[in-house]
Amino acid sequence: MRTTATMALAVALSIGGGFLDCGSARAQGSPGDDADKTLEKYRAMISDPMSNPGYLAVDAGEALWSMPRGTKNASLETCDLGEGPGKLDGAYAKMPRYFADTDRVMDAESRILWCMETIQGFDTTAIRKKPFASSGGNPATEIEALVAFVANRSNGHVYAAKMEHPKEREMVALGEALFFRRASVNDFSCQTCHGQEGQRIRLQKLPHFDTPRDAQATMGSWPTYRVSQASLRTMQHRLWDCYWQMRMPDVGYTSDVTIALTAYLTKKAEGGKIEVPSIKR
Amino acid sequence: MIRTILAALCAAAFAPVVTAHAADAIDPARVERAVAEAWRNLPPDLQARVEQDETMRLCSQYHNAPPPEVAAAILAREKKNIAYPADGKFLGDWKKGEASALSGFGGRMGDDPKRANGGNCYACHQLAPTEISYGTLGPSLLGYGKLKGTSEAAQKEVFERIYNAQSALACSTMPRFGHNGFLTVQQITDAVAFLLDPDSPVNK
Repeated sequence: MRTTATMALAVALSIGGGFLDCGSARAQGSPGDDADKTLEKYRAMISDPMSNPGYLAVDAGEALWSMPRGTKNASLETCDLGEGPGKLDGAYAKMPRYFADTDRVMDAESRILWCMETIQGFDTTAIRKKPFASSGGNPATEIEALVAFVANRSNGHVYAAKMEHPKEREMVALGEALFFRRASVNDFSCQTCHGQEGQRIRLQKLPHFDTPRDAQATMGSWPTYRVSQASLRTMQHRLWDCYWQMRMPDVGYTSDVTIALTAYLTKKAEGGKIEVPSIKR
Repeated sequence: MIRTILAALCAAAFAPVVTAHAADAIDPARVERAVAEAWRNLPPDLQARVEQDETMRLCSQYHNAPPPEVAAAILAREKKNIAYPADGKFLGDWKKGEASALSGFGGRMGDDPKRANGGNCYACHQLAPTEISYGTLGPSLLGYGKLKGTSEAAQKEVFERIYNAQSALACSTMPRFGHNGFLTVQQITDAVAFLLDPDSPVNK
């Protein structure tokens, strides 16, 4: 098993530096094809949960979930993610969703934080200030690990976020407006990169969210272990990273902007299967 | 013949992408409220990035497919805003243009503002045949100068498109590099040279 992991990482590193290597390998037609095939081979090789470092976060999250902690010395085992207290299986597949107790549409991350505050008595200010692990092989933060664990318990489920409640519908509409909202020094919106089918940025393929299989493959594979960052990453991080690339200031963690975009994209991914944590470039 | 190819190229370059409106209608004020909550307590330069100018607002509203009268108004406004090189020379240094085309540096949180921003042209366009790591969000510009020529008019037209893509096509997805101050006028003339100069690898 260890050999597989080492080989996988070696391939990963060579792919990570691929932009430089590709310059010397002149190819006719579509230069992305070879990289795609290599990446596909690599993904197949590390689809084994025992060699995907993202599963370290799942294990850490499982321990955090059941451990009595916080000022109330309670575990998260009574946390209601929408399917009832403590019911985890398939819960992630129905998020974001409306919660009557907060009168808010919440994604997995904001809901887990809310449980930490109300059930365990945590002050989550510090977590919200630094929710993501620094790149470079650092262990997942508490919230990243918890999200990885919760999301993993929806493996094999299909996305079934109905978005029927008026507040859910409002979030989907808000997400759509934000998807097209252009701003900052490059006039970018999400649509700039994700508005056409089959496009690449440099050699990187871009998902097109009006194409159901693209939307499903994307939304069904987060959280993911990102090899280029050597870290487990959640959808909140993906959106923060997109806005960073769009030359926007840091988007508010678990803000309505991030939850609305997640709701909009999840709606597009309806019927797609969840297999997480995946592993990506 | 060349004119036809060019026309097709340009049409493809600036063709807006139409996407179906699927979700419920939402009050623009609700959207801006969410934006204000998600980006709080910013210094003025960063706050300016979050806010939209009239062109951004209209392109967002119409999903980059504005009706003809809105498109005409955008074209007129954006064309008016172009600043031209002080020395009147549109053709800069293609080698500097090439370096900029390869660089995606600049403008991101944490990027050193003292280091020059890159044009990042290869993120979206094919340019020199030797560079195979190119994106496809924009049209291929391989051999562009051979098609376009190096006339004064061609130079000026290309300068204007890079300075402000929306002076040529309303709601083009390409950044308004000069208008937004992301690239300097000098950097834009270097990019013009990279595209048009017969010695540039783009035209080899």
